[in-house]
Amino acid sequence: MEQTMDIFKRRKMTYTAVFLVFIAVFAGASYVADFRVVDGILSFPAAISWIASNLIPDQAALERLPNILDKLLETALVSVAVTVVAAIFAFFFSLLGSNITKIHFAVKRIVRIIAAFFRNVPDVVWAMLLMFSFGQNILTGFFALFFTTFGLLTRAFIETVDEVSSDCVEALEATGANLIQMVFQGIIPSSLPGIITWVLYMIETNIRSSTLIGVLTATGIGYLFDLYYKRLDFASASLVVLSIVVLVLVIETISNKLREVIL
Amino acid sequence: MTGETTIHGPSSVMELERFMNRSSKGNIKIGSKSRSQKAVRGLIIGLLAITIYAFVTFDYQGIDFAEAVMETLHNIRTVFLEPELSRDTISGVLYQLLVTFCLGTLSTVIGAVLAFFCSLLCASNIAHPLSVRIVKSLVAIARAVPTVLWVLIFAVSAGLGSVAAVMGLTFHSFAYLTKAYAESIEEMDPGVIEALKANGASYWQIICQAVVPTTITSMVAWTFMRFEINFANAVAMGAAAGAGGIGFNLYMAGSFYFDLREMGILTYIVVIAVILLEMVSTRIKAKVK
Repeated sequence: MEQTMDIFKRRKMTYTAVFLVFIAVFAGASYVADFRVVDGILSFPAAISWIASNLIPDQAALERLPNILDKLLETALVSVAVTVVAAIFAFFFSLLGSNITKIHFAVKRIVRIIAAFFRNVPDVVWAMLLMFSFGQNILTGFFALFFTTFGLLTRAFIETVDEVSSDCVEALEATGANLIQMVFQGIIPSSLPGIITWVLYMIETNIRSSTLIGVLTATGIGYLFDLYYKRLDFASASLVVLSIVVLVLVIETISNKLREVIL
Repeated sequence: MTGETTIHGPSSVMELERFMNRSSKGNIKIGSKSRSQKAVRGLIIGLLAITIYAFVTFDYQGIDFAEAVMETLHNIRTVFLEPELSRDTISGVLYQLLVTFCLGTLSTVIGAVLAFFCSLLCASNIAHPLSVRIVKSLVAIARAVPTVLWVLIFAVSAGLGSVAAVMGLTFHSFAYLTKAYAESIEEMDPGVIEALKANGASYWQIICQAVVPTTITSMVAWTFMRFEINFANAVAMGAAAGAGGIGFNLYMAGSFYFDLREMGILTYIVVIAVILLEMVSTRIKAKVK
């Protein structure tokens, strides 16, 4: 009996400690970032009421719908194209960085460092860098997304390949299969579901990221939102937000369905 | 009694023939594509088709691709090989990094607390089916709106600055964490909750003594993963929405002063910070497990 009481007491103490740490971290961070909690709390109902009264598409906004849908389609196409191209590169790259293909360890290291580099340089840096040379072009957004997607997928694929295919690669090795046979008969079939899950996830993420990059580089759907927003044409801006929400939800639904069938 | 396993004469072979799949050449197919394999193949073909269609229909505005690539490479070399701080001081930049770090922390902490209570309302094994449905769809909509749009929406009522940044970042991480937490709760062993219910435990006793202790590991892992994302997002919000922190310095260096060398230093600082965060978070995840 005493033993169980002890557990409850210890749990209570842990909860209190975690709570206090949360408060301390929160207070410190608020101070440094100049974040006033009261303003934050007040801004929430203000934002909601503002959304309810201003972010409603009107007749004039609906006339801009073809234009918005055009940019929306462009954004969707960019996200898919970026993800597919990056996935192809990342897959072959991840084979070089994987433990089970047993390529020279120095190659493995270099691959992982390159992937970490591309993953961690913020996409806004790529976007601004590419703005200088590509200007206000669709390729600016494409390459900015490509670099980060490539880095992220390389890491994800390395993990997937290592996790999933070690058994079947061992079996294939025992039968005397060479590297190419191992890749096509062992690694690809066994890691394909994992890879596809990552690709679907990245397509979703890239639609959101391309909005951000669009705001920054004046391309795609992000530019359209920024344009209406700065003109204070909130009705049209809201239509942009709604169209993005619908697009993301549709893609999410499709990829959930696909995942159910595949996994 | 061997009669069960022997095959009797040619008539049985004819019987078997009906169950065989033959290719167009008449060879017997030894494997048949399952539904999931067909779906995988269809998906891959579909994605490749969309990609090709995308490249064909993009409006490239007659850009000189080779020249642009050469210029990009030149700029990349300037940024990454000749970094130099000219406008800011190193201590100023590090302070801005701390501000970004705090923006990420605040949005993660607020988002995590709200998401914890919200996930209790939408985990299908402990919440009412109606509330599961309503909360899950609301959260899905909140998640579908890109962070930058949340920040800009909050900026209208709160003004550009840390309040808008934190609230905007919080919104998306709240929605993301609610889904992640709810999934961890749903993966729980139903026997634990049942046992406590049979003992007459109250709702909050079940939450505190069963739900939290069994899901805390995955919740901590998700929260740290989200923190890494929020840090990166806080950098981006500084640049795209003028929300302060090192992202704003990056934006000024890149889009205002066109100072590639300064961008280099700032980028290196961000990259090092992110890698350190990744290391710490891997440590913590390993320790919690």
